[in-house]
Amino acid sequence: MIEITNQPIDVQKIISAASRHEAGAVNTFIGTVRNNTLGNKVIKLEYEAYEPMAISEIEKIINQAIDQWKLTGFSVSHRVGVLLPGEIAVVVAVSTPHRKNSFAACQFIIDTLKQTVPIWKREFFENGNEWVSAHP
Amino acid sequence: MIVKVKAFGVSRDILGGREVELEMSGNSVGDLRKSLSSQFPKLDKLNSLFIAVNQEYAADDKAILISDEIALIPPVSGG
Repeated sequence: MIEITNQPIDVQKIISAASRHEAGAVNTFIGTVRNNTLGNKVIKLEYEAYEPMAISEIEKIINQAIDQWKLTGFSVSHRVGVLLPGEIAVVVAVSTPHRKNSFAACQFIIDTLKQTVPIWKREFFENGNEWVSAHP
Repeated sequence: MIVKVKAFGVSRDILGGREVELEMSGNSVGDLRKSLSSQFPKLDKLNSLFIAVNQEYAADDKAILISDEIALIPPVSGG
């Protein structure tokens, strides 16, 4: 399952969607909103996505992971909208027959998602806001 | 020709809207880049700017049709 949602992410639902009886491992990454960036207090984050392209780019990443690590199941959910510190922004869950591949696949998926999937985050500080990574 | 361009993140702020009509000369992604750059010089200050055609990252030599869905992809920051 792959979803972009403006609702709080139900982690157990994401894990269940990735779980398979053929698997001996389920590995989950949960990305949360940090309350500071380089010492500056973060009040909130705002995420936006180019939704259809974001879904298809996540599908490409998943297909690569299926080829490379023989995933038995997967699930990715990414939040959009306004999020407060501590809230869950993204959940990646994969299942594989053995644990080693589950760690590698999960890391690959979140690392690549951050590089290629058209989702943007704006950080709001006490004295202004900034699109993350936009400028040098 | 006049193309409709979707803009996200910082590029939406720079273009002043989620979807903007833009006059461009030529018909490739590279030509669109030049038109964007002259009309919105702030785009040149970004770390990167990709252009997606029909929801796929497109190279500069890709031809654009008036019916294509075109989107600006400034540096992504999901996760």
